[in-house]
Amino acid sequence: MTRTLVVVGHGMVGHRLVETLRERDATDAWQIVVLAEEPRPAYDRVALSSYLDGKSAADLSLTSHELLDDPMVELRLNTAVTAIDPTARRVSTSDGLDVAYDALVLATGSRPFVPPVPGHDLDGCFVYRTIEDLDAIRAAAVEGRPGVVIGGGLLGLEAANALRLLGMRAHVVEMAPRLMPLQIDEGGGQVLSRLVGDLGLTIHCGAATKSVDGDEHVRSITLADGTVIDTDVVVFSAGVRPRDELAELAGLRRAERGGFLVDDNCRTSAENIWAIGECAAVQGRCYGLVAPGYSMAEGVAEQLLEISDGTFPGADLSTKLKLLGVDVASFGDAHGQTEGALEVVYANNAAGTYAKLVLSDDARVLLGGVLVGDASAYAVLRPLIGRELPAPPEQLLLPAGSGVDSGALPADAAVCSCNNVSKGDITAAINEQGLTDVPGIKGCTKAGTSCGSCVPMLKNLLAECGVRTSKALCEHFPQSRSELFEIIRATGVGSFSELIGKHGSGRGCDICKPAVASILASLGSGHILDGEQAGLQDTNDRFLANMQRNGTYSVVPRVPGGEITPEKLIALGEVAKEFGLYTKITGGQRIDLFGARVEQLPLIWQRLVDAGFESGHAYGKALRTVKSCVGNDWCRYGVQDSVSMAIRLELRYRGLRAPHKVKAGVSGCARECAEARGKDFGVIATDKGWNLYVGGNGGFTPRHAELLAADLDDDQLIRLVDRFLMFYVRTADRLQRTAAWLEAMDGGLDHLREVIVEDSLGIAAELEAAMQRHVDGYTDEWAGVLADPGKLARFVSFVNAPDAPDPTIRFVQERGQIRPGPVVLPMPVVANQEVRT
Amino acid sequence: MNWQQICGIDLLPREYGVPVLVQDHPVALFRTHDDQLFAVGNVDPFCGAGVISRGIVGDRSGEPTVASPMLKQVFSLRTGQCLDDPNARLPVYPVRRRADVVEVAVP
Ligand code: SRM
Ligand SMILES: Cc1cc2nc3c(=O)[nH]c(=O)nc-3n(C[C@H](O)[C@H](O)[C@H](O)COP(=O)(O)OP(=O)(O)OC[C@H]3O[C@@H](n4cnc5c(N)ncnc54)[C@H](O)[C@@H]3O)c2cc1C
Ligand code: SF4
Ligand code: FES
Repeated sequence: MTRTLVVVGHGMVGHRLVETLRERDATDAWQIVVLAEEPRPAYDRVALSSYLDGKSAADLSLTSHELLDDPMVELRLNTAVTAIDPTARRVSTSDGLDVAYDALVLATGSRPFVPPVPGHDLDGCFVYRTIEDLDAIRAAAVEGRPGVVIGGGLLGLEAANALRLLGMRAHVVEMAPRLMPLQIDEGGGQVLSRLVGDLGLTIHCGAATKSVDGDEHVRSITLADGTVIDTDVVVFSAGVRPRDELAELAGLRRAERGGFLVDDNCRTSAENIWAIGECAAVQGRCYGLVAPGYSMAEGVAEQLLEISDGTFPGADLSTKLKLLGVDVASFGDAHGQTEGALEVVYANNAAGTYAKLVLSDDARVLLGGVLVGDASAYAVLRPLIGRELPAPPEQLLLPAGSGVDSGALPADAAVCSCNNVSKGDITAAINEQGLTDVPGIKGCTKAGTSCGSCVPMLKNLLAECGVRTSKALCEHFPQSRSELFEIIRATGVGSFSELIGKHGSGRGCDICKPAVASILASLGSGHILDGEQAGLQDTNDRFLANMQRNGTYSVVPRVPGGEITPEKLIALGEVAKEFGLYTKITGGQRIDLFGARVEQLPLIWQRLVDAGFESGHAYGKALRTVKSCVGNDWCRYGVQDSVSMAIRLELRYRGLRAPHKVKAGVSGCARECAEARGKDFGVIATDKGWNLYVGGNGGFTPRHAELLAADLDDDQLIRLVDRFLMFYVRTADRLQRTAAWLEAMDGGLDHLREVIVEDSLGIAAELEAAMQRHVDGYTDEWAGVLADPGKLARFVSFVNAPDAPDPTIRFVQERGQIRPGPVVLPMPVVANQEVRT
Repeated sequence: MNWQQICGIDLLPREYGVPVLVQDHPVALFRTHDDQLFAVGNVDPFCGAGVISRGIVGDRSGEPTVASPMLKQVFSLRTGQCLDDPNARLPVYPVRRRADVVEVAVP
């Protein structure tokens, strides 16, 4: 018999309940009605701030199409529950509905607390909780003007960053003597204040707000000490209060400090009513983080399905976050409140880092800690809470992985706290499913799929399980591509023979030779067909054209940004006609001429070079095209000149040899006609400049590029792309596109942003200089061949009969053009005998 | 043996292949790092295109090889045997160097 579950609130936790129930309710025992006050289905509130940093509401959505189409789920948006009748088992709603339930789950979350200071309700005062709040803040923000955030906790700092992203000069007013008083300690707070101060925030700690001033609209705020701060926008972020207003009407018990009072199984004081998430006070205590809410949701789903008694396991309140580029982590007993706790502090003022470990009275067991400025040790430390230290404290603070090995962790230690996955779960998955990499673990266990801070630990666990992720390029080199890159760069080894003699074995193969050729070319070692290099190249590079199925080649001249004059179009047509080539418009906004025989390539290219064309590198692991839309020259929506920028980028990076091909796009506005987010790097115009996205591609596993930096001017954009590409060229594996490279990178996009935008490794200048050398050293490869009789001599059908056409090549006609004909195999029959010279 | 003079050794760089015609047969000639010469059929048995001479020369556990540039199968230069597929094999031809001239024998 189907029963009805009514869920009040479609926030993160309510959604998790619906999702879990639908996943596990094999017999469709529960019909679900979700009554949701917000105008849109559940979205990722944790990532709310990214809505002002390039993400759209659709990007934040948590709700899949399957769920919306699921006949067992009815989702009513814009519908607030106004009353509950526990005896009749009915709820009524703001739009006059009356719904009967068999089970009722309250997931109403919290509301931001607005302190009742005078003026708190003037125009220009906001809170920070929903997409609508952010829309309102965005509409009120005035670039260049000050904006004030009241509250210097985690959310307050996020709100301050939001104001900063909107171009405002942000002030933070915090009553406590330091920032983030709940999570971190005095010493950490000082380091944090200094680091965020360096980023342009003005911090007022130990400051109470006396009033918000203005007539109708906010003009300023006054602090208790009389300080007046001019401002157009005030955002209150002074904590949250559970939304328990339904309790009274329904006669449900409340906790002393608010929230529906529930037991360890999330049951309220009334039969068949549960409360989960931020509105639930489990044994009197509310949790303001999403992970505990998720465990409550999963527990209640299990109770409803009678799978388990769904006891709330308690919560890990550890947090690691990056605020304005500053790492902050707090875990376990961060404030050393345990009886007899010892604190070990390491502060490095010069580097702006602070670390504190809280230890048991005998200094053997880790109780908690605080990390500011560099939180890379978090992944190792958090699972060690409550356990004996496997190494001296100072060694544990070294970056993740280098300090302790994962072997020190017991099997039940939670390695991924976001998804509550233990070390044992992960090692079992590795061993039983034969997993060999981090993406495999993510798919199987969900570990590493949320904040990502446990990914370094996942790698350690793979190694611990004996998974050898061999980095050897091939049987001839034990090194990875990026290691070979560094060897060549550092030692100046100039040839493959020298490299394999010193660092490899044997004579090489079709894997290491092109890889080394590409590295030599990235480092600028002359024409790719010079001397020994010619024999290293894949056939496409060897003949500077793309080999087709019948051994002929296609020719793709560069058409930067896809812009082409009528004269050049005519020239292409004439060449194609003269040599009888098949022509097609490519997916990369240029024209491909197919069916050229080897010996025709130089003749064709002579004509093309004379007409002003140059190599398009369609054959190389190199920059392909920078696709453009028409942009503001013509388009009525365009806000920047996307064509000029695409041409500038394509000409700058043309000829750059890379681990794999590199594609780019530039769109003149957010309509994105150039599909820039499907490219290795994509540039999208904004009214202030350009947004730079990285790590996209189409192909086998399509992936959208992600925002690296916003509102850049032309030169800032070029500088970041220079750094991004050179960093990729240096560190990626062979045939690893930027998307896969980014996916495999420790710390992911955040780490990339640190290196590229914030220059955390101090290599930005070097990367830019390397790119400038590439730009200065660029010459057209095809012109280079035409000018060199030695290179031209290789373009023959047969060296002993240079003009005899290859008898294996045949064409037939289709739709008025040629295509390869059926294959005949003119293979001579010979006795197989060993050859001796 | 019916030896044919094919070309000067200077047309054959080390660790590189060139296509030649031997009595209308397309043949791929290779010269390895130690100046050994090899001649195998130029036609890739997997696709029928005359492209073997354009493959990358190297070795697999010491065996001199060429990788077809089309779909990358690797062949022994000594025996013509495809090392990735026991059913495929390239014809091999006797080849030698006399003074500065490369000669190939056809049956
Ligand atoms: C000619 C063209 C198809 C067309 O007629 O439109 C084409 C043709 C080939 N593509 Fe492509 N791709 C062409 C646009 C694309 C696009 C669309 C685009 O660039 O906007 C994509 C998807 C976008 C992307 O790359 O992210 C695309 C994804 C691929 C892939 C899959 C890459 C991946 O990361 O999964 C391959 C395979 C590879 O590179 O390993 C590939 C490989 C190839 C190769 C080189 C296959 C081969 O080895 O023979 C084809 C030969 C090119 C030739 O003979 O000239 N081609 N290929 C397009 C040439 C564009 C140009 O002007 O340079
Ligand atoms: C900017 C920001 C950053 C955050 N960062 C983090 C972080 O880094 N890590 C972390 O763990 N947590 C973070 N949080 C907290 C996290 O978002 C919450 O813990 C989580 O959203 C709680 O989920 P919930 O479903 O309990 O509440 P909510 O997501 O608030 O959902 C409750 C829903 O119920 C609706 N509702 C309320 N009353 C009714 C009613 N009577 N009828 C119908 N519907 C109703 C509300 O409109 C709302 O949609 C952050 C929060 C914010 C705002
Ligand atoms: S992306 Fe914008 S500017 Fe470019 S063509 Fe499309 S609508 Fe016009
Ligand atoms: S700890 Fe956040 S994803 Fe694993």
